[in-house]
Amino acid sequence: MTRRPGIAETAALTAAGFAFFFAVWWGVAASGWLPRAVLPTPSDVATTFMALIRDPFAGYTFQQHLAASIGRYLMGFALAAAIGVPLGLLMGWFRILDDVVSPLFEAVRFIAPLAWVPFAALWFGTGIGGPIMIIFSGAFPPCVVSAYRGAKLVDQRLIEAAQTHGAGSLRVIAEVLVPGSLPSIISGLRVSAGLGWQSLVGAELIVVSAGVGYLMVQGQSNLATAIVMCGMIGIGAVGFAIDVALRFVERRIKAQWSPA
Amino acid sequence: MSGISFKGVTKRFGGRDGEVLAIDRVDLEIADKEFVAICGPSGCGKTTLMRMAAGLDFPSEGTVAVGGKAVRGPGPDRAVVFQQFALLPWKTVKENIGFGLKCRGVPAAEREREVMRYVELMGLTGHENAYPHQLSGGMQQRVAIARSSVLQPDVLLMDEPFGALDAQTRVVMQEELIHLARRNPRTVLFITHSVEEAVYLADRVVVMSRRPGRIQETIDIGATRRAENWEAQAIEDVMDRDSFIHFRTRIWKLLRHRDEAAAAAQRPARRA
Ligand SMILES: Nc1ncnc2c1ncn2[C@@H]1O[C@H](COP(=O)(O)OP(=O)(O)OP(=O)(O)O)[C@@H](O)[C@H]1O
Ligand SMILES: [Mg+2]
Repeated sequence: MTRRPGIAETAALTAAGFAFFFAVWWGVAASGWLPRAVLPTPSDVATTFMALIRDPFAGYTFQQHLAASIGRYLMGFALAAAIGVPLGLLMGWFRILDDVVSPLFEAVRFIAPLAWVPFAALWFGTGIGGPIMIIFSGAFPPCVVSAYRGAKLVDQRLIEAAQTHGAGSLRVIAEVLVPGSLPSIISGLRVSAGLGWQSLVGAELIVVSAGVGYLMVQGQSNLATAIVMCGMIGIGAVGFAIDVALRFVERRIKAQWSPA
Repeated sequence: MSGISFKGVTKRFGGRDGEVLAIDRVDLEIADKEFVAICGPSGCGKTTLMRMAAGLDFPSEGTVAVGGKAVRGPGPDRAVVFQQFALLPWKTVKENIGFGLKCRGVPAAEREREVMRYVELMGLTGHENAYPHQLSGGMQQRVAIARSSVLQPDVLLMDEPFGALDAQTRVVMQEELIHLARRNPRTVLFITHSVEEAVYLADRVVVMSRRPGRIQETIDIGATRRAENWEAQAIEDVMDRDSFIHFRTRIWKLLRHRDEAAAAAQRPARRA
């Protein structure tokens, strides 16, 4: 392996990366090579961003759109975790469930969240249900897969020890499989959180009230590319924050969990 | 009545390069409250035999019954002390020892009392809130023994339970086990590599031969033990007795002799 850079070094390199990105963006946009309406400059976007924060666009300010998105996202993600993790654990424990559900699941999970948009709208409406279902369809597979893999990888001897001391299926699941697969579940939740957030724009294509995705759709139909970019930056920043936070949680839990 | 009965038990394991015959037609009757030790070379199938009594593996042929009923799966009437401890890493010493009682639905207060009694008995005082990875191998083994013993099971299946203990602790545990067995007799299937330990602890010692595992000979110790009242004596005094030495030498010879015979039989076999 190569030498691990220090924190200061890492921060400097990261800053350099961003600086380079913005420089290129600015250079291309300012060169007049592309019309402003197609590629706004960073300062255009910043100005638009300040305006969006101050004045409502498409009914709400930027913060309100973002809050609506986050609320929707949290519901979809929570639902995916609440159903996916137990389902994965049960599939890892009960052979029958594994045989019945796994092939079906393996096929369905390759359908991209966006592909669900028409049905989500038809079945659950464009209010709360539809968007949540799309986020759910993005966040659900990693929850199931990580819990399932985690349960399958739990040391067989621990399961046997629990069983020979009187534990039934439920207790084995609760006291051996859950803690034993926790590191895997946590990793899965992190992936799931990311994919759920990625599905958000798709989810909000069908939303008719508020949300960053909705903001972007409205911006696009007004040919206001700077607004679309503001939405993209908002999504990128929140997604990055979610990932950093969950990485931190994951590291903490794994450090506490893995026996020396 | 919780005797263990192996009748015509054969166990084959399927593998990539064909089948492994681990146990070959073993017949063994262990009476209720009898203490039987199994000795034999590594890989002769001792653990496999025990796992079938525990309901974790099933015979390819023949039957394994406990208390007259064919074994269908694991049950709390048969507690197992595993060769590799198998403590739950996310539970403390206390929680590990109390696990079986919790499964049984014993109320917390009573559980606490019982658990602490065994914590003390096993010399684990001061470590009751430690996690397994914070303990030495020997301490982990004592937790595993406590976890099974606290259940007072009809049948105790122990797979080299003292293997990770230092010589002194081992002696203490052996004496403790003898006292427990006398105060509270139960059926014990005890696997060990130590011939001395087998002779000291068991009513009967079963000597197994190298793979495929067969019972080579069964040696009755119980009558002598009772006649000479071994249990009232310190382990080192028992080990000095002529009778003890006689048993020990006999078992050693069985193990040795068999090895040489097996080695001799294998040499020409390899050419075929
Ligand atoms: N699950 C399994 N699959 C395939 N072969 C197995 C399996 N379990 C045991 N065996 C084989 O069966 C034989 C007996 O194994 P077992 O673990 O019972 O031996 P043992 O007498 O307990 O040995 P040791 O004293 O080293 O613990 C070995 O040859 C082993 O390789
Ligand atoms: Mg073994």
